Amino acid sequence: MSDIKYLPGKEPHPREHRLIFKNIDREDWNPSIDCYMADGGYDQLKKAITMEPNSITNEVKTSGLRGRGGAGFPTGVKWGFIPPGNTKPVYLICNCDESEPGTFKDRYIVHQDPHQLIEGMVISAFAVGAHTAFIYMREEFPEAAIIMEKAIEEAREKGFVGKNILGTGFDLEIWVHRGAAAYICGEETGLIESLEGKRPYPRIKPPYFPAALGLYMAPTIVNNVESLCHVKHIIEMGGEEYSKLGVDRNTGTRILCVSGDVKNPGYFEIEVGKMTMRELLYDVCGGPKDGKEFKAVIPGGSSSKILRCDESFKIGRGEDATDLSFWDIQLDFDTLAACGSMAGSGGVIVLDDSRKMSWVLNNINHFYAHESCGQCTPCREGSTWMKKISDRIVEGKASPEDITTLEEVAYQIDGKTVCAFGEASSWPVEAIISKFRDELTADTSDTNIRLSKEQLQREKFLGKA
Amino acid sequence: MSETTTKLLPKDEAAEKGLVNVQIDGNWIQVPKGTRMIEACKIAEKEVPHYCYHPKLTSPGNCRMCLVQMGMPPRPAPGAEPVYSDDGYQEIGWMPRPVIACANTVGENMGIRTTGDLVEKTREGVMEFLLINHPLDCPICDQAGECSLQEFSVEHGRGHSRFVEDKVKKPKNVDIGPRINLDDERCIMCSRCIRFMDEVADDAVLGFSERGTHTTVTCHPDRRLDSNYGMNTIDLCPVGALTSKDFRFQMRVWFLKETNSIDVNCGTGCNTTIWTRGSQVYRVTPRRNNDVNSDWMPDSHRLAFHETQGDDRLTDPMIKVDGKHEVTDWNSALTSSAEALKEFQPSEIAIIASARQTNEELFLTQGLADTLGSSNIATVERTGEADGKLISADRNPNTNGAKLILGDTAGNLSNIKDGLNNGSIKALIVLSEDLFEAAEFSRDDLANAELIISSHIIANKTAQASDIILPSASFAEKRGSMINVTGRLQRLNQALQPSGNAREDWEIIRDLILAINGEANDIYMIEDVLKIIAANIPEFNGVTFSKIGNLGVPILETGVEIPLLTKERERAAAGIIVG
Repeated sequence: MSDIKYLPGKEPHPREHRLIFKNIDREDWNPSIDCYMADGGYDQLKKAITMEPNSITNEVKTSGLRGRGGAGFPTGVKWGFIPPGNTKPVYLICNCDESEPGTFKDRYIVHQDPHQLIEGMVISAFAVGAHTAFIYMREEFPEAAIIMEKAIEEAREKGFVGKNILGTGFDLEIWVHRGAAAYICGEETGLIESLEGKRPYPRIKPPYFPAALGLYMAPTIVNNVESLCHVKHIIEMGGEEYSKLGVDRNTGTRILCVSGDVKNPGYFEIEVGKMTMRELLYDVCGGPKDGKEFKAVIPGGSSSKILRCDESFKIGRGEDATDLSFWDIQLDFDTLAACGSMAGSGGVIVLDDSRKMSWVLNNINHFYAHESCGQCTPCREGSTWMKKISDRIVEGKASPEDITTLEEVAYQIDGKTVCAFGEASSWPVEAIISKFRDELTADTSDTNIRLSKEQLQREKFLGKA
Repeated sequence: MSETTTKLLPKDEAAEKGLVNVQIDGNWIQVPKGTRMIEACKIAEKEVPHYCYHPKLTSPGNCRMCLVQMGMPPRPAPGAEPVYSDDGYQEIGWMPRPVIACANTVGENMGIRTTGDLVEKTREGVMEFLLINHPLDCPICDQAGECSLQEFSVEHGRGHSRFVEDKVKKPKNVDIGPRINLDDERCIMCSRCIRFMDEVADDAVLGFSERGTHTTVTCHPDRRLDSNYGMNTIDLCPVGALTSKDFRFQMRVWFLKETNSIDVNCGTGCNTTIWTRGSQVYRVTPRRNNDVNSDWMPDSHRLAFHETQGDDRLTDPMIKVDGKHEVTDWNSALTSSAEALKEFQPSEIAIIASARQTNEELFLTQGLADTLGSSNIATVERTGEADGKLISADRNPNTNGAKLILGDTAGNLSNIKDGLNNGSIKALIVLSEDLFEAAEFSRDDLANAELIISSHIIANKTAQASDIILPSASFAEKRGSMINVTGRLQRLNQALQPSGNAREDWEIIRDLILAINGEANDIYMIEDVLKIIAANIPEFNGVTFSKIGNLGVPILETGVEIPLLTKERERAAAGIIVG
């Protein structure tokens, strides 16, 4: 790997371990199949297609690969949920609706290295027995859709996609389907509905677990772009070897997308859990901007709960509990979950002391209010209500009571929605209020208590005032 | 240990019967495997508030009102055996997050809590969310009084609002179809109407547009909500978003009296509720009967009640004097009828009865024919196109009853017409039929009759041609029984007194018989008529009005199926709907 040259100024940080992003920003690299094959491309497909589909799934299980889209669910286990004795067609869907604010990793893969994704998808489709696969491409990636379409055609010419792949009798068609710019299409059941041509209203689970009742009510595996690319590397390295990357239960590499108030924002592929927050923010990203100090970090996309840089966390239970300072957090799924947040989609949003939390909160609320699909009540009504309250906080027109209301509204949404995206609108609010209550309250004033005439009358009648 | 091997555990006892044990608010009950949690709660008489769930439609689980707490026994550690307490149940591990009761099914040893802090807080929260952008215009809303938003707000709401922001503005007073108005601000996005139009009416014209809090129910571009089943969406709408143009602003619902009855516009006999106040019907809505009409009815039949409430309603008996109808009293009308009929030979008299008559009326009509000694008795066929859902090709509501009571009358109608034209028939008694309509008589045919006595609800050409007019009661004004196309005996109930001096048809015919033969007949109440029918016609054996009940009883095997029910049963069998 050492002979790989990258474009000047785009060289990977020495602490990176590049698997998926090996070809991103590479010198003399282009997305054509010739370029990909000259670098050993599709060799893993040639190898995988001679394997038993089951043993591919087992390799993926052994590798410990956890989904890179946000939930971090073990990919091999997910594949295993296809009902035994299934007689319906199986579909594979690549979720390229990368829409979680702060996340920008998949876009580089589909723009610069489309064949890696195709190779990963063909192997995965072969493993799960899918003969039709879809790439659900977010609307904001028009170029990528063209690149992917072209790449699929190239792969078809070489016999990697289409009928009778590599003469094995295995057929797979891959279709690029473009979304229409909705956050909710990144939710797997919402995505499936959208693919079926309907409004992307997420389905209730149970009963509609995609692995059993997915696209057209047939078993469907929905995986993130990065997860599917990892499959190729798992075949290359072997599950056992791959699982040695990263730490226990948090294996492999993952791409962190650092944005916000750091000197060197960007994407960094690291071994999962092998780097602490301090190393990421100071060593890799160059520390805070001059004259500023780090204040807080949103570690896994906008819906993950914010962490204060001066926080410390109790890890473990009872007597075994240990203190972990923010700076020592290992960037893996389990540690971030133990800290009350999540590794999510790898979008690390860094905020320094120049940022007002009320503004941050309002910014996030605007996003969720705008993107709520409107299917279920708590998210539909709650997200906009939260936005309206935080609008007033930012404008200096809120009362301290509004902070309490805002917090209660968030808890009224949390755990009550159809999908995880709905309640995701409440998590940032809960976290920001619980961690920055004083700062938010400082933006409010008792003189702003807002009651309509009718309300005042009612309060009086109810004996509240 | 020895005891556990000899004594069956509750789970095994239940499993033998295909049931599972469920603990609902502390009490164990057994329900069939696969029952939805919300239905299990209903069995346990625990109401779970809900908006989007409807047993006849798919369950999207979007309103979140039916969230309850659920628990299952913890999974035993690998190698460990499940532990049963003294009562034979496993301990329930309660989940910290609520689950929807509408779409989840019960499992063995499941626990459901419909009360408690988690559930009550959740409901309060959902109620608050539903109300923050709701216009709260109950004083001018037709739904007020039968609005789930009002009801659950009282039961589960917070009582006061914390919402001080501006409400979302949406389209109001939208002319969404010829019979329906939409107020999008009142809508709570439960999607029942959308699902109904798609799944039951097979005309998916409704959908959501916009997103988030701006989500709006809307009609497909260039389409209208004009299906003949569209008004069912008004009944389905748990709030006042979809309202009936016909009923809009006519009456506060709490003033209306509900009477269970049946529809008389076709052979299906949809079960209905007639909503009345004073002497007026204000609306007719479908009433659930899973053997007849499910929860639905066609708009055309629902609105047909207006026909009998117009200015053309006959309210007094009339006798033609010098070519002009003059109002008279019943005594004179009936005596004159009897005397006039006595002028004719029995074979010169014909009776044109109707399969719109109730069994009781038909039976007395046969009695009238017997009294007169006439065997010229006919009914009028009335057919249209079946709509493949609820409307039957047979547009008479009681064809099966007429066949049972009058026997086969095929061909009699044309014989009577011929008889009028060749002079062999000179007197006509016409009951509940306008001969110019389905019977296709002409003015010339009737001109040959020397005497026409007819009973009608509203003025028509046959009444115009009659010598004596006997005003009768509309479907809402009388009692009686009818047999629908599937052979189900159902009952009409009286919601109103007959208009003016009109009388119930069975009384008219009874009194006419009495006027002709002068013999006491011991028929004082309509029950007396049905009692005689039950004693004389085997199919009616043992039948009484109370036994017919609100849902009717099958008394004939006709082999006829109602297409909408067939489809719905298939969907229920596939588990798509509860049914």
